[in-house]
Amino acid sequence: MPTGSPWSVERGEEIICTHKHLAGAALPILHALQREFGFIHREAIPLVARALNLSRAEVYGIVSFYHDFREIPPGRHVLRLCRAEACQSMGADALAERVRERLQVNWHETSADGRVTLEPVFCLGLCACAPAAMLDGRVIGGLDQTRLLALLDEARR
Amino acid sequence: MTRPRIFVPWDAGALALGASAVERALIAEERKRGVAIEIIRTGSRGLLWLEPMIEVETAAGRIAYGPVHGEDIAGLFEPLLEGGRHPLRLGRPEDLAFLRRQTRFTFARCGVIDRQSLADYRRHGGLKGLERALSLGPPAIIEEVTRSGLRGRGGAGFPTGIKWKSTADARAAQKYVVCNADEGDSGTYADRMLMEGDPFCLIEGIVIAGIAVGATKGFIYIRSEYPHAIWTMTRAIETARTEGLLGERVAGSAHVFDLEIRVGAGAYVCGEETSLLDSLEGKRGQVRAKPPLPVHKGAFGQPTVVNNVISLASVPAILAEGAEVYRDLGHGRSRGTIPIQLAGNVKYRGLFEAAFGLSLGEIVDDIGGGTASGRPVRAVQVGGPLGAYFPRALFDTAFDYEAFAARNGLIGHGGVVVFDDTVDMAKQARFAMEFCAIESCGKCTPCRIGSTRGVEVVDRIIRGERRAENLTLLQDLCETMRFGSLCALGGFVPFPVISALTYFPEDFGCAPLGAAAE
Ligand SMILES: Cc1cc2nc3c(=O)[nH]c(=O)nc-3n(C[C@H](O)[C@H](O)[C@H](O)COP(=O)(O)O)c2cc1C
Ligand code: SF4
Ligand code: FES
Repeated sequence: MPTGSPWSVERGEEIICTHKHLAGAALPILHALQREFGFIHREAIPLVARALNLSRAEVYGIVSFYHDFREIPPGRHVLRLCRAEACQSMGADALAERVRERLQVNWHETSADGRVTLEPVFCLGLCACAPAAMLDGRVIGGLDQTRLLALLDEARR
Repeated sequence: MTRPRIFVPWDAGALALGASAVERALIAEERKRGVAIEIIRTGSRGLLWLEPMIEVETAAGRIAYGPVHGEDIAGLFEPLLEGGRHPLRLGRPEDLAFLRRQTRFTFARCGVIDRQSLADYRRHGGLKGLERALSLGPPAIIEEVTRSGLRGRGGAGFPTGIKWKSTADARAAQKYVVCNADEGDSGTYADRMLMEGDPFCLIEGIVIAGIAVGATKGFIYIRSEYPHAIWTMTRAIETARTEGLLGERVAGSAHVFDLEIRVGAGAYVCGEETSLLDSLEGKRGQVRAKPPLPVHKGAFGQPTVVNNVISLASVPAILAEGAEVYRDLGHGRSRGTIPIQLAGNVKYRGLFEAAFGLSLGEIVDDIGGGTASGRPVRAVQVGGPLGAYFPRALFDTAFDYEAFAARNGLIGHGGVVVFDDTVDMAKQARFAMEFCAIESCGKCTPCRIGSTRGVEVVDRIIRGERRAENLTLLQDLCETMRFGSLCALGGFVPFPVISALTYFPEDFGCAPLGAAAE
């Protein structure tokens, strides 16, 4: 999922076309675009605007409002670490520190080798198996330093 | 010979703890030994500290084992088939104290049935509520839901029957039912578990709501952080369509109803109903000023019922068992049951459905067994990121809407997050403000700007800069946010901040409670 195929206007148009009949189509379209390309390409904005009869500014406003939508390509893998309270109570803050050190990144950044993008998430509904994370689509609970660093190494290989 | 039936949870919590490795190991072992088994994927029973918990059907009922890991299967396979002895054997799940003490009303089937099978759903009492609803007709359905005393489980606790009545009374060619599955509150996972473990129950509840208010179309707005719930609900809706539970003639009746899923995009505020509606319509999820209320002017400008997953999923059983059964459970004006979600640093972590009225102390110490770390419990946050932090001194508070409100707290969606004595409450207060700053929809100044100021002020207090002055400033800021915000994001974030400051002053560099003033 995270890498995505290279941006193509034709493919973008196709995706927009398959979803634009939906009621309130903007989010389904943006999700589908991001699923395909890994992010919302700048050139997609006028296409979406035209299809939905909105201004570019309106579409851009939607993209920037929601935390999920990325405007730049992510790394090969996306690690979403939960920063919310139940995970904090089980040491999530210290884990996040270690990850940032290991990857040499801040939140929302991608490691220099392009392998891992680190994103914060506020609850994955895995609060009874805290600390929790999601690596690409995979859910992981009961994390500790050893497991998390092993996971990172796996992702960077 | 029939194949032994093994039940493996396909709940995101169980998967996060290794359930798919268990399933893979079971299949490998089956091949290796040439013994055929049948694997049934269920939801979770909600005993998360025992997940992955697998079960086998025996003459004496189901026998559970847990927590099971992939590498246990080689040794476990043989005893498992007969429900035999093994260090991981837990016995009959219903006999486990954590389950035995619950009143499983809304979650009766979760973790029990094959979550993808409508036939299994029906075998376990599913669709009885809809049958009764069809025989009663709309006004009597609403009457029944009103009499049950059911209040919205999304947090605000508004009586569901009254909301339905207003929508039923609104005149329009098109009405909608919108199920709020945004479940943004940290420490909560009941909606997720229900959608993953008993999806048809939610569909049945939504269909009944549609019939009651005269809506022919529904949406379930599920947060994007829940891919497994989205997957399970999508499949269940497809099955419901092919089996005639949704469509032109709902369950063979004259009612029309169809249902679609919409996926959120990582905005906490979109759990607020009007913001959710804007998001559903494809806009930025900004909070709308009320009135008009969604029951009059909701999705796409039409009358709309917005209800939480648990509110809707409780309706089938209320109709099947009768309003009285539900109403007779509970405490004060909080009737029926609530799925309490024990989360964070707690020994027995999981979903505990019980009638309202347990004390917070019973929930944390007795049911939860104290902390997972073994250290003393210091603070408990109830009701998500906008909920107050409770110290041990308030553990006599009864779990009901009014009792929590009377102590400047809220039960919200029923999440209970436990912290041990290593917690730094000034840091928690700072986080509450930071969260508000990140998630504010930006519509009102006290919330948008106030939260950022709040982070700075708490930082100064932590650094010990002009402490007394900054403490007053923080109090004032909270007051402004409390009364100057359009919705509960900005309006309630003072709850965690002020409770942290009030009950844990020593973490802010002040004299502890009970000590003489500086
Ligand atoms: C900031 C904010 C976030 C909310 N998040 C949710 C949520 O995630 N799920 C939910 O059901 N209700 C949430 N609510 C409450 C809804 O606005 C609304 O009251 C609820 O969906 C109504 O359904 P109910 O009556 O069945 O509870 C939130 C409210 C606010 C102010
Ligand atoms: S309080 Fe905050 S989230 Fe709520 S409407 Fe105002 S700015 Fe938006
Ligand atoms: S608080 Fe981290 S998963 Fe819920």
